[in-house]
Amino acid sequence: MTGFEKELSGWGRYPRQVCRVHRPETAAEIRELLADAGAPPMIAFGMGRSYGDAPLNLRRSVVMTGRMNRMLRFEEHTGLLECEAGVTLEEIIRVFLPRGFFLPVTPGTKYITVGGAVANDVHGKNHHRDGCFSGHVESFRLLAADGSVLRCSRTENPDVFRATIGGIGLTGIILSVELKLMRVESAYVRVRYETANHVEEAFRLFQEDDDRYQYSVAWIDCLARGRSLGRSILMRGNHASREELEAYGTGAKDPYAVRPRRQWRVPFELPGQVLNPWSIRLFNEAYYLMHARKKEEIVDYDRFFYPLDAVLHWNRAYGPRGFVQYQAVLPDARAFDGIVGLLESFSSSRRSSFLAVLKRMGEANDGLLSFPMRGYTLALDLPLHDEGLLPMLRKLDEFVLSRGGRIYLGKDAILSAEHFREMYPSHDRFRSILRGLDPNQRFSSSMSRRLELTET
Amino acid sequence: MATIVMVGATSGIGSATAREFAQAGYDLVLAGRNMEKLSRLGADLGIRFGVRTEIISYDALLPEAGTRLYEQIVERFDPDGLIIFHGALPDPAEVNRDASAARECMEVNFLSVVELLVPFANHFEERMRGWIAVVGSVAGDRGRQSNYAYGAAKGGLAVYLQGLRNRLAPRGVHVLTVKPGLVDTDMTSGMEGLARRIMASPERVARDIYRAVRRRSNVVYTPFFWKYIMWIVRLIPESLFKNMKF
Repeated sequence: MTGFEKELSGWGRYPRQVCRVHRPETAAEIRELLADAGAPPMIAFGMGRSYGDAPLNLRRSVVMTGRMNRMLRFEEHTGLLECEAGVTLEEIIRVFLPRGFFLPVTPGTKYITVGGAVANDVHGKNHHRDGCFSGHVESFRLLAADGSVLRCSRTENPDVFRATIGGIGLTGIILSVELKLMRVESAYVRVRYETANHVEEAFRLFQEDDDRYQYSVAWIDCLARGRSLGRSILMRGNHASREELEAYGTGAKDPYAVRPRRQWRVPFELPGQVLNPWSIRLFNEAYYLMHARKKEEIVDYDRFFYPLDAVLHWNRAYGPRGFVQYQAVLPDARAFDGIVGLLESFSSSRRSSFLAVLKRMGEANDGLLSFPMRGYTLALDLPLHDEGLLPMLRKLDEFVLSRGGRIYLGKDAILSAEHFREMYPSHDRFRSILRGLDPNQRFSSSMSRRLELTET
Repeated sequence: MATIVMVGATSGIGSATAREFAQAGYDLVLAGRNMEKLSRLGADLGIRFGVRTEIISYDALLPEAGTRLYEQIVERFDPDGLIIFHGALPDPAEVNRDASAARECMEVNFLSVVELLVPFANHFEERMRGWIAVVGSVAGDRGRQSNYAYGAAKGGLAVYLQGLRNRLAPRGVHVLTVKPGLVDTDMTSGMEGLARRIMASPERVARDIYRAVRRRSNVVYTPFFWKYIMWIVRLIPESLFKNMKF
């Protein structure tokens, strides 16, 4: 399996790096590569939907898992699916939703691989209730640096399990995963919209009756200031039952059938000026007005969970310099002040963002580098128009750290090694497991070097 | 539901085509060397599309492998169609230097396929129904210095298929020759530059094969533009071509 050179990037299209790409179809091919002691270190790359440099490896090897995408086994009565790590969430939905199953946890895009979901320990709009993706993973098979395949679960090789979930691919290449799917009565979600004129109101609404909803999220207008700081639209919902569908008049014949949505696409990279403070402000206003009137409706899963997937390659709209996604979580106690502080920084610096999302989070899990903690998380995109952005973000990292919070590695492109160590106190334990598993550092990535988790 | 036999199903084009036909509801008999890979392919297609799949071991270089495979298949199944995918692109330097390597290239790419075609053609001819598709290559359209051993094997195969088509047409059995250009699979994984940029995805080739089978086409170039490229290549006079390097 020879490789070829290619320039790769994450979803933010920053940074972009030339890597040696391999596309194996079997574990045996990867093992061959590992067996060659002179071969450069490698990292797995799924669909490239993480935003920064987690799956990149400058001038070294990248193993694309897309062709290892076979479904291996499905148990109808338990909903347990065993599949190779290259299978995407989109494929799982396509095959199993018609049979009455959905993903127990899903992030904002379905175009990610199962391997990537585990390596970033992704979360969705239901973290406060259902936790992370890894919470629904029964086991996975990992190809380790010495060529052996380890079956990992919370009872088998538990240390490796805990290091791999959220472990950004550094423990090895995930070959296959056993995932427990969730039964749903329909492909629809009953969603309730509420407007909050200020971030304080958004918090109050979340705290008041969030427990009634399996899914909850608030879209925030980051450009609003003063009395409207953090004005937002809350979208909260539950899977629609058959009765609700009938009452609403949707999905009469087949509760799992959904009318295919029109697919838009950004066909090429737009010039950097298209998304600027004015155009984004315009968009925010329009979006706010469009949703402010609605109260409650039933929408299909695609519209509720994956609004952005409707525009393929939307990241190209950010222009040649790309963008950075900033996502931080702040623990319960100081969450409110922290979020207000972040919002004030973004709005006063006039650094605009289309999509700013506020979500409640539940307890942290046992993943050593897993991101969520009990509190609130704010996520937003920032176009990389000028150099002033990066120093500002570093100051915000300091601010987040001072409030006991941390940054999500799956979105990160700029976090410093020092901040990382303070944000993820389990990094020591992670590092020692890595030393045992991969003493010669056959697995490394541009992110691992940046965070000083590996030297190779 | 109709059953199709796919030989060399674990190749890049083979797996993509298997998926295409499984999606259309066909049951499949998959033959190849790597049983592990075959069983994963079979499991995947069964889960995704609910079709039945069977896997059988087959190695083109083993003596009488084709005859044995034919016997195993007709014993248990009643195939409606046969697609042959397997092949191997040899290292040109090795094939030029070593006669036994050249011979092996002919075995894998041409003779083993013929060994399969003989019994299956007779089988379909007798029943007056069925179809055969074989994956050749544009390399078979003209011998050129960079891959003429492979080209000769595929070229010879194309002529054989032509004759077979002629013989079986009156019996209602159609024969399809598939001629892919450069396809993004294991076979071409070492190529870079221009070659990589014009490569077609195996999925696209699979769709073309599926469509060609349904239309009962005779020869299909995939992607289509290779038809015109090769037409031009074939037009170049030999006195000129022999001095060209590509």
